[in-house]
Amino acid sequence: MTAEIIVVTSGKGGVGKTTTSASLATGLAMAGKKVAVIDFDVGLRNLDLIMGCERRVVYDFVNVVHGEATLKQALIKDKRYENLYVLAASQTRDKDALTQEGVEKVLEELGKEGFDYVVCDSPAGIEKGAHLAMYFADHAVVVVNPEVSSVRDSDRILGLLSSKTRRAERGDGAIKQHLLLTRYNPARVAVGEMLSVKDVEEILGINVVGVIPESENVLAASNAGVPVILDDNSHAGQAYSDTVARILGEERAMRFLDAPKKGFFQRVFGG
Amino acid sequence: MGILDFLKRKPEPTAAVAKERLRIIVAQERSTRGAPDYLPLLRNELLEVIKKYVHVDLEAININVERDSGHEILELSVALPEHAEAKPG
Repeated sequence: MTAEIIVVTSGKGGVGKTTTSASLATGLAMAGKKVAVIDFDVGLRNLDLIMGCERRVVYDFVNVVHGEATLKQALIKDKRYENLYVLAASQTRDKDALTQEGVEKVLEELGKEGFDYVVCDSPAGIEKGAHLAMYFADHAVVVVNPEVSSVRDSDRILGLLSSKTRRAERGDGAIKQHLLLTRYNPARVAVGEMLSVKDVEEILGINVVGVIPESENVLAASNAGVPVILDDNSHAGQAYSDTVARILGEERAMRFLDAPKKGFFQRVFGG
Repeated sequence: MGILDFLKRKPEPTAAVAKERLRIIVAQERSTRGAPDYLPLLRNELLEVIKKYVHVDLEAININVERDSGHEILELSVALPEHAEAKPG
């Protein structure tokens, strides 16, 4: 048995990869799938914080690759969903701690353990860690902000996904690419200060799988160590739920693309 | 639009500028994607050689790598300035 491998990547840092990885993994688990989410950012472990399990990390990904711990020992079971597990990144400074063979072995073992999905949270950049995170992927979620440097980097990542992955090398059929637009501010788009969904789709030549509105709830969720998808009241959480459903093949209309209507006082006094 | 809005300075609608810049740079980067790493260096050295004879700048040199079944074509074009004058030896 093999697990479906989904890489969450972007090129540029700070666009919402870890936030997305945490919500995607949690959303898949809510849909009843057995899911592992792996932090590939060796030296800069952060997924554990966003998932809220930072104090329960004993062994990490590199320990498993080096045979210092078993996979079972290193997988941290989520407190909210029993079919969701986190594999933390190592805090070592050794950039070569991960090897392609080592990563492959861990992914194969997860498949044998009956995992349906493995979500790989890529580090920023296009170096070794990012390469390893995407190499074995079946799906890629490319996280992009409506901002020039992020869009340009995404295009570069889309190019790498279609050439520097195992599927591309073997000619096994292309990786399924999903573009996820995050930190979207409809009010700024409406006045022409921010690239629109359509602009980004046109430039990159690929349609979005979801649009996550910029939201103060994302920071609140990370403060609390709760993936934002679990915040049903927030637009960001709802947009992530829609996105996960779409990745699972469901059809859902896009929401939160328009600026909220202003009330009377706002119209009169601005703001 | 509120009556007090004139007190705030309006930001420029800059998204259109961003889109146009991205359209151009993304197209340019795609055309050289997967091309050999020496291409930028080759471009600079060619520029040096051409500069010995005519005044051109880097933007005037366009390099494209096209892949056809089985072979690659390195396409090079140099836009010469109007009334290009040969530099005296």
